[in-house]
Amino acid sequence: MSEQSGQVSGAQSLVTSLEAAGVTDIFGIPGGAILPAYDPLMDSQRIRHILVRHEQGAGHAAQGYAAATGRTGVCMATSGPGATNLVTPLADAHMDSVPLVAITGQVSAAMIGTDAFQEADIRGITMPVTKHNFLVTDPADIPGRIAEAFHIASTGRPGPVLVDIAKSALQSQTTFAWPTELHLPGYRPVNTPHAKQIKEAVRLIKDARRPVLYVGGGVIRARASAELAKLAALTGIPVVTTLMARGAFPDSNPQHLGMPGMHGTVAAVAGLQKSDLIISLGARFDDRVTGNLDSFAPQALVIHADIDPAEIGKNRHADVPIVGDCKEVIAQLVALLTAEGADGDYEAWIAFLAGVKKQYALGYDAPTDGSLAPQYVMERLSDIAGPDSIYVAGVGQHQMWAAQFIGYEKPNTWINSGGLGTMGYAVPAAMGAKVGMPDTTVWAVDGDGCFQMTNQELATCAINDIPIKVAIINNESLGMVRQWQTLFYNERYSNTDLHSRRETHGRIPDFVKLADAYGCVGLSCESPDQVDATIEKAMAIDDQPVVVDFRVHRDAMVWPMVAAGTSNDEIKYARDLAPQFDEDDI
Amino acid sequence: MTRHTLSVLVENKPGVLARIAGLFSRRGFNIDSLAVGPTEHAEVSRMTIVVNVEESPLEQVTKQLNKLVEVIKIVELDGPGSVNRELLLVKVRADASTRGAVLDAVQLFRAKVVDVSPEAVTVQAVGNSDKLADLLRVLEPFGIRELVQSGMVAIGRGSRSISERPQRPVAVPAPVSAIAH
Repeated sequence: MSEQSGQVSGAQSLVTSLEAAGVTDIFGIPGGAILPAYDPLMDSQRIRHILVRHEQGAGHAAQGYAAATGRTGVCMATSGPGATNLVTPLADAHMDSVPLVAITGQVSAAMIGTDAFQEADIRGITMPVTKHNFLVTDPADIPGRIAEAFHIASTGRPGPVLVDIAKSALQSQTTFAWPTELHLPGYRPVNTPHAKQIKEAVRLIKDARRPVLYVGGGVIRARASAELAKLAALTGIPVVTTLMARGAFPDSNPQHLGMPGMHGTVAAVAGLQKSDLIISLGARFDDRVTGNLDSFAPQALVIHADIDPAEIGKNRHADVPIVGDCKEVIAQLVALLTAEGADGDYEAWIAFLAGVKKQYALGYDAPTDGSLAPQYVMERLSDIAGPDSIYVAGVGQHQMWAAQFIGYEKPNTWINSGGLGTMGYAVPAAMGAKVGMPDTTVWAVDGDGCFQMTNQELATCAINDIPIKVAIINNESLGMVRQWQTLFYNERYSNTDLHSRRETHGRIPDFVKLADAYGCVGLSCESPDQVDATIEKAMAIDDQPVVVDFRVHRDAMVWPMVAAGTSNDEIKYARDLAPQFDEDDI
Repeated sequence: MTRHTLSVLVENKPGVLARIAGLFSRRGFNIDSLAVGPTEHAEVSRMTIVVNVEESPLEQVTKQLNKLVEVIKIVELDGPGSVNRELLLVKVRADASTRGAVLDAVQLFRAKVVDVSPEAVTVQAVGNSDKLADLLRVLEPFGIRELVQSGMVAIGRGSRSISERPQRPVAVPAPVSAIAH
């Protein structure tokens, strides 16, 4: 059984276990309870530990690392406040199915339950926001729990696993033995779909007249883009990619209708809404996609493929449920469709959607006062940094513009906080992505509100040679909330103006000076004619992080929009402008 | 709404009950009763959970329960196909003048007196919830001083067992140190 034996400390056993699990990078901060682990970690030849400035940064960095590479991200923190600071990233990773292992120190076993210094029941706290979690008090259990944590985090529907280890277990002597098998009688993810369901799905696909491929983040996590490309090419069926799936299918492909949902394209929203068959691949019928559920795609039958059986039928009834890994599901659909002949007649539907896509293409009105349109910044960033770069967004208007106006051609190049909507995600997640993909350009596209929640990680980036680039879309406000106040609260701007432009003090903060203070290059840009030169200047710097303060027009709004809780039929492509469909064309 | 009885086999590990109770509450389901105890396998515990829900939320809660790593198996037990029992202990006011009548009721329901004092008797009864409710209705006029009732436990009829066939372990990838680096 044992790969290695002899007496070691629990802490050494932990570090050896992490090495055995293939860990090469950890983001973390030491503290009292986890301190024993940091001593052998210092001697590890395999593991690079990156000292962050806040545990939330460690968690998001591990998420960005995982999302960019597909490998499990790892973060480490001490007990009590160190561990509670990880709660937001854990919840975020849980919502977006990110493989993550969090290691936390816990007070010594004898002290647990006594309200000891820096004690928090992090296992209890994180039960609802992790895929699984463990408390280890016996040092002999360390290798087994670590092996289980990595197995659970990375298989099935990926997710975060927390391993809380008592300080006493780290300090005791034990023997290290990496397990050869795991006993998880209740954990058996189903990867291979049922042949009968595939057959039934193919029958519906051939009979449909208005089918649509509704592609979710599961396609990215399952690394199924190549299979999806085959399925789309074989059938000609139009494709929509959700916020979590941007990049799963090339934006340049004419079959691609864009992103569906609250801020989706008219064509993608119509493609779902008017379809007679939704082929859902690794998507979960989120409320931001369906709008009012009762009026969502009323004529559509649903094929719902997901690795998580609990997603199937949760929000929308599935006519053909398929439990399985998207890569296998799509490959089997392709194989059967190829054998039987993909002879569905979708011509009128494809032509109708092509018309909608052309007529209601994404667009925006440039500000008349010569100020900078945020959407223009995205378009130029997309052109100059290109589809080989990784784009990491925060949450809000800038996130939607980045999802809409940057062209994605490859999976894992768009990283954001989709389900939880965590402001402050971008800078640390970009840092993690850059650590995982050091040869790729990584742009954080952030809002000025978001940026101020986690920008301390710029210090981590500058000190550890992690040269990310940050585009702050600075509208001096909490823009998305402000947009809702404009539309739904009579333009009463309660607490959304950040008042960052001061008459006597310049700007608070001055992002250029802030970047400089953190050892980064700070640039600013406030007119359209400077945009290209500024981005090119940022692109030319590769030995330092760069922060660009794009000072944009503050009244720009995200369109199209389906207001929360209303039907997708109520989509507006600009304020008070609803698209007109000629239903007879379908 | 209909009552459903779920038999849930779980790993006998600390925190499992908290995980299951937490799942029910955060997904908005009320538990009518819950009983936990050992099984014929030392490493497996069995929970009998009675919930009052419609068919489709029941499917969702079952799927969510199944996602818990420590949940091994869930079986819904229907009334006719299973035997279900609860235990009731009830302290009934009974002095010399009423004791005879109380004892008659106890006998009628094949219950048992487990403690006697000058003013009260304590009755133990085992049965399904209908039977226990009937017994209480009969005892109520005498005056119920204290009552405690267990959650329901249930088992399927016939020779089949829901807990046979232990699962095979999962192979772990070789440690990275064993692979050429």
